[in-house]
Amino acid sequence: MKWVERQRYFVDFTLSSLGRRKGKNASLLLVYTLIVFLVSSVMFFSSALRKEALTLLDEAPEMIVQRTLAGRHELVPLRYAKEIRGIRGVRSVEARLWGYYYHPASRSNYTVMAREPFEHGDDEAVVGDGVLRTWGTSSGNQLTLRSHSGEAIVLKIAETFSASSDLVASDLILISETAFRRLTGLPEDFATDLVVVVRNPAECQTIAEKINRMLPDTRPILREEILRTYASLFDWRSGYVIVLLSGAVLAFFIFAWDKATGLSAEERAEIGILKALGWDTSDILGMKFWEGCVVSLIGFLAGTILAYLHVFFAPAPLFAHALKGWAILYPTFELNPSVDLYQIGILFFLTVFPYAFVTMIPAWRVAITDPDEVMR
Amino acid sequence: MIELLNVTKTYNAGKQSEFTALKGIDLAFDANRVIVLKGPSGSGKTSLLSIVGCMARPTSGRVRIDGRELTSLPERFLSEVRRSSFGFVFQSYHLIKGMTVLENVMIPAYPIGVKRRLLKERAMALLEKLQIASKAVQDVQTLSGGEQQRVAIARALINSPAFIIADEPTAHLDTDLARELMAILADLHAEGRTILIASHDSLVFESEIVDQVVELRDGRVVGHC
Repeated sequence: MKWVERQRYFVDFTLSSLGRRKGKNASLLLVYTLIVFLVSSVMFFSSALRKEALTLLDEAPEMIVQRTLAGRHELVPLRYAKEIRGIRGVRSVEARLWGYYYHPASRSNYTVMAREPFEHGDDEAVVGDGVLRTWGTSSGNQLTLRSHSGEAIVLKIAETFSASSDLVASDLILISETAFRRLTGLPEDFATDLVVVVRNPAECQTIAEKINRMLPDTRPILREEILRTYASLFDWRSGYVIVLLSGAVLAFFIFAWDKATGLSAEERAEIGILKALGWDTSDILGMKFWEGCVVSLIGFLAGTILAYLHVFFAPAPLFAHALKGWAILYPTFELNPSVDLYQIGILFFLTVFPYAFVTMIPAWRVAITDPDEVMR
Repeated sequence: MIELLNVTKTYNAGKQSEFTALKGIDLAFDANRVIVLKGPSGSGKTSLLSIVGCMARPTSGRVRIDGRELTSLPERFLSEVRRSSFGFVFQSYHLIKGMTVLENVMIPAYPIGVKRRLLKERAMALLEKLQIASKAVQDVQTLSGGEQQRVAIARALINSPAFIIADEPTAHLDTDLARELMAILADLHAEGRTILIASHDSLVFESEIVDQVVELRDGRVVGHC
């Protein structure tokens, strides 16, 4: 009980001591909060984005088969679908038609995709929110596209994708197969790639190897590989931003070191008085530890909470462009709150504890000196 | 009983500014006495008080209190001795600015971990006794010199020490306040405490409450009565 009471006294003294040096502590707290805010924002954003993307890609096909020519993606003859269907363990093979459309007026690149069955007519399209924003049209209007042969194709917007699929569908224009072939000039007996569904997902790798042996110019891509690529892409992006922020973090440490390690004459005298009045060196260090903890904990909590609000309740204006990087289109979508406790824990240990310990060093130097000498 | 055996104190040893404040001091003070160290500025009074009060270690020599050798004690034991046996009244009071009178008085007891209610009661009782309880919640820097000294005395008494050490306690006081202070010290003496004062003020060393006067000059004892 005595220990608890002692700590209460030290905390009380610490709080009053912080109040007595408002200017110094407020500036430290402000810079501390800012740095934690920046780093946590990047962490929250990239973690939520990765989770969002992976959740959506979870519904992606288990295997996609592309054809390559001279190492580049090439159209797949539809007869390949028949051959793959013949492999034991393959449930179905579906040809996909998709490509890109560059719209000079909006200087944007869109993904165009055909879906069969398509619930709308050949002169209709379902588009993502990004298309509406950038094309300069709104639902109910028309899109005028220029086909491969120079002919104008007018598509009526029949529907738009829900906001929840914005991340992958923001730049998407979905049309019928007929419209797609008319727009792109894709020959009748070719597709962009093939989607393969297998009976037992555990056999994906084996079937991919069989496809590759049977059709050597193909490249089967497994969903697992796509998920890994996305994960590393988002890790890379967040790492990139953190590298950019490292200058700010370094500046913070220099500032914190300077502010926290230098004791003013008043603080030195105060430590001398406390020692003279019977405080032990460990009491002084305990008091300084609490002081460091209070500043760093408040800074950490404020920074983290502000970052949470910034990322999940505001559209993360500081990093959105750098982290989303979705071709030319930047989808506007709200991220579902997602917090990686492990990362928060790492940030906590890298900021709160070093700071609390750093602030103890100068106090320790003074505290081990005779009070008489300090007070003189 | 306080005993000093061949005590020497050198500051900044080995440096250009090396200075020996005390040179082979041998002294003994009985308990429950009022002792005054007198001498001009720089004679070693404050250094001697610091050594007796365990605020500094002698460069050589020994200090014993009630037969217990203090010189070789580790720092944490010295802190404990300072806290429990000594109450200090410094020349410029050394109160902590920005804190209230009550908080300043309670500070020496924080490391003991006494229950807050008890500590507060004890501090208030001391402030009552020194007639300054009405200023308990006031910041110390708003007090007059005499009031600040009373707070410093209350703070010195909070852990009920056997020894009170006062360094030039009348230096910032006018004659009336100095007399009041001597009266307070006489009360503390009457309670059975040993009072050790460093002063070159005749009002102090000629006071009738004083039992023993030690005269210092250039770090040596030059008179003893």
